[in-house]
Amino acid sequence: MTMVSEQVLPEAVRAAQEQLDAHVREIIAWHFSPETGCPFWLEWAAKAGWDPREEIHSYADLTRFPHFQDEWLRDLPNEVWVPKAYAGRPYYIFETGGTTGMPKQRIGWEDHKRDYEEFSDTLDDRYFPRGGNWLMLGPTGPRRLRLAIEHLAHYRGGVCYHVDLDPRWVKRLIAEKDFDTARRYKEHVVEQGVTILKHRKISCLFTTPLLLEALDEKISVPDAGITGVFCGGTQMNPQTVRFLVEEVLQNRAQFVPTYGNTLMGLACSRPLTPEDNYSITYHAPQPRAVLRVVDPDDTARTVEYGAWGRVELTTLTKEFFMPRFLERDEAIRRGPHERFPWDGVGEVRPFGALEHKTIEGVY
Amino acid sequence: MSLPDIPILRRGQVYESLEKVELKSVRTGESVAQVHHANAGLIRRDLRRPSREVLRAVPMARMIALCKEAGQLFMEGTLPLGPGQTQSPQEYVEQLSATSGLPHTLVRRNMQKIYQVFTEMDRILAGLTRGMDLSVLDRGYGEQAGVPVSYYAVTSTLGVVLPSNSPGVNSLWMPAVALKIPVVLKPGREEPWTPFRIIQAFLAAGCPPEAFYFYPTDHEGSATVMEVCGRSLIFGDQATVERYAGNPGVQVHGPGWSKVLIGADMVDRWEEFVDVIVASIADNGGRSCINASAVLVPRHADALADALAKRLAQIEPLPATDERAALAGFASVKMAEFIDNAITEGLQTPGAEDVTARYRRGPRRVTMEGSTYLLPTLIRCQSMAHPLANREFLFPYASVVEIPQEQMVEQMGYSLVVTAITQDEKFIEQLLASPQIERLNLGPLPTSRVEWNQPHEGNMFEFLYRRRSIQRAA
Repeated sequence: MTMVSEQVLPEAVRAAQEQLDAHVREIIAWHFSPETGCPFWLEWAAKAGWDPREEIHSYADLTRFPHFQDEWLRDLPNEVWVPKAYAGRPYYIFETGGTTGMPKQRIGWEDHKRDYEEFSDTLDDRYFPRGGNWLMLGPTGPRRLRLAIEHLAHYRGGVCYHVDLDPRWVKRLIAEKDFDTARRYKEHVVEQGVTILKHRKISCLFTTPLLLEALDEKISVPDAGITGVFCGGTQMNPQTVRFLVEEVLQNRAQFVPTYGNTLMGLACSRPLTPEDNYSITYHAPQPRAVLRVVDPDDTARTVEYGAWGRVELTTLTKEFFMPRFLERDEAIRRGPHERFPWDGVGEVRPFGALEHKTIEGVY
Repeated sequence: MSLPDIPILRRGQVYESLEKVELKSVRTGESVAQVHHANAGLIRRDLRRPSREVLRAVPMARMIALCKEAGQLFMEGTLPLGPGQTQSPQEYVEQLSATSGLPHTLVRRNMQKIYQVFTEMDRILAGLTRGMDLSVLDRGYGEQAGVPVSYYAVTSTLGVVLPSNSPGVNSLWMPAVALKIPVVLKPGREEPWTPFRIIQAFLAAGCPPEAFYFYPTDHEGSATVMEVCGRSLIFGDQATVERYAGNPGVQVHGPGWSKVLIGADMVDRWEEFVDVIVASIADNGGRSCINASAVLVPRHADALADALAKRLAQIEPLPATDERAALAGFASVKMAEFIDNAITEGLQTPGAEDVTARYRRGPRRVTMEGSTYLLPTLIRCQSMAHPLANREFLFPYASVVEIPQEQMVEQMGYSLVVTAITQDEKFIEQLLASPQIERLNLGPLPTSRVEWNQPHEGNMFEFLYRRRSIQRAA
């Protein structure tokens, strides 16, 4: 099951690999050319003493780069990331995660729209009907997700309702062990979602696993007219997924889990099946982003299929080049899939999940 | 046979989870079972649908008869385990021994205790309700001592977050089923066996399955059980006790700090009481909150400590199947190290001596056949203020402290069980008046001897039911 599944043609896998390598060359040429590149990477190459345009020919060659440090997105001014080709065009600022203090920021123009348009093509119109309206019940504020879901709704011909959720406040409450206030805040958010669902015609929902469960405490989600649920934000083990599919959604609405963040965009899951025991495998939106499962002690090495390792993300768009960023997650390396003929990451969970608990909160 | 599987029970129905945790033998490290874990959302969803009505319809008389039958089945029956699997009494003993470290004899002794709770449920309920006619619970009203009484349940479920230390703790929640309140059990990590077998015995005897929710789960799941059940029991340390203090919906079972006190009138005869004190310290592997952890005497402390140490040092680890085995191996080696270090560290403070060290060959912490044990330890402390004087650990451990009798009650602090060996009426009066003692044994009775017709650690009936006034027009 963890190997290359039988339906995947070797030609498809090879074609995807070739497309990725060509895309890598194009993106390297873009970011390291003075006419188009951004100050950060141009200065980096000047100091590094080698020209990536000459030495990087494939995705595999990217291991010549060190791991991207996300602190750079916090400590350096946003301007250093503006590619020359985009100079003068105002940009969006998207912030990562839920920690307080000076946030890490990624700038962007069209990437989020492109990512979600591509994602839209993977959605099943029977469950996420064209023209259907959406409810976005999840982290809003300065997050990419907030605009992205609205764009997704518009792209598919519907509109999007929002309920505010500030994940930083939740993390803070949990860190301070103020579980009661955290619970009240969750109630406050969920009640607003219920009100919208009761008064507006909505068929598609974006939310997090915990908020979906909480919603189920107030109403039957499928009875409220929801036929498709796009879920993300926190890890989901197979049992949680199965519970959401079989009980909360009563097998009447489609459940589409995704793995994503501000730095990557979003990775789709293969279609979920009981035969796979609801184990989720995500595939990055290649070639715009690539996920690799690496040996935590020797990060240049990709682990074997079926083995656990740390998730490494490389983002390759004209707006943003981020090589080899080590996510704070671990996963099982899974083989290519018919729909996504490249490696996937399975059963993602916080890195070192077996050793310590991380704060995940409600989002 | 395939590896034993311990499923989730939802309203008594088997549910197989995709999240399974392996249980390993503390001796060989081999997997001995797979335990199915419930996600918190599932628990919350189940408990939104009440199930008490089904149980309420069972008459109390039938309930008592059913408990007796369940007791036989628990002791002698081959009962269901995972799908297509069964468990004989002998298999239960072996499985529990493997994951908990308890020797077979101690498991059997605990089985006997549980059997007694099943078969003497009428006596236990009589104790809890002070002899009330139990049919009052069927009708909701009736008479007691010529006065009208009416009781109603204050909760639709009792949540129980169980520990792993001793199977005997299950005796605390069993009366709730007889009192027709469904139970929501979160078993201890190493001890899913006993609550599961008790449930299976109840079911086999004909108890409605809706009475049982069995959820092996993580911290979040445990917190959910506590949150959604109107009444719950939890076992924990002093921090847990403090966290729930003042919460009327939670009954906390913390450290017992049980003690043996000898009065000035009897202490010159201390040699006669050595057996009772050793039993108080070491029964059940010293793992219960009713085991004595301190012995207070007005004089002869040194001689008594030496005699107790000599006796305790004779208790040595034996193979689990040995009939004489009286010590339990630790399921967690880290826990054993932690306790051992805590004692060694405590001994750095002047005013304490490990008297058992005189008779022990080698260190306190030993391994035998792959298991880690702590050998019984007796500490002679110069005062109750010493850090080792009032500690409770998960093995036979106690301190001996010399205190003038008149200061004993004042200095001893909270004590779940006190055995007071005295005939001094004034001293007895002082003990009876103390709000610090939950169970008082007068005379040479081990602290570990439990009488079922009197509740200790809270009254389960009063925890689950409240009385209302009732009048009917003539």
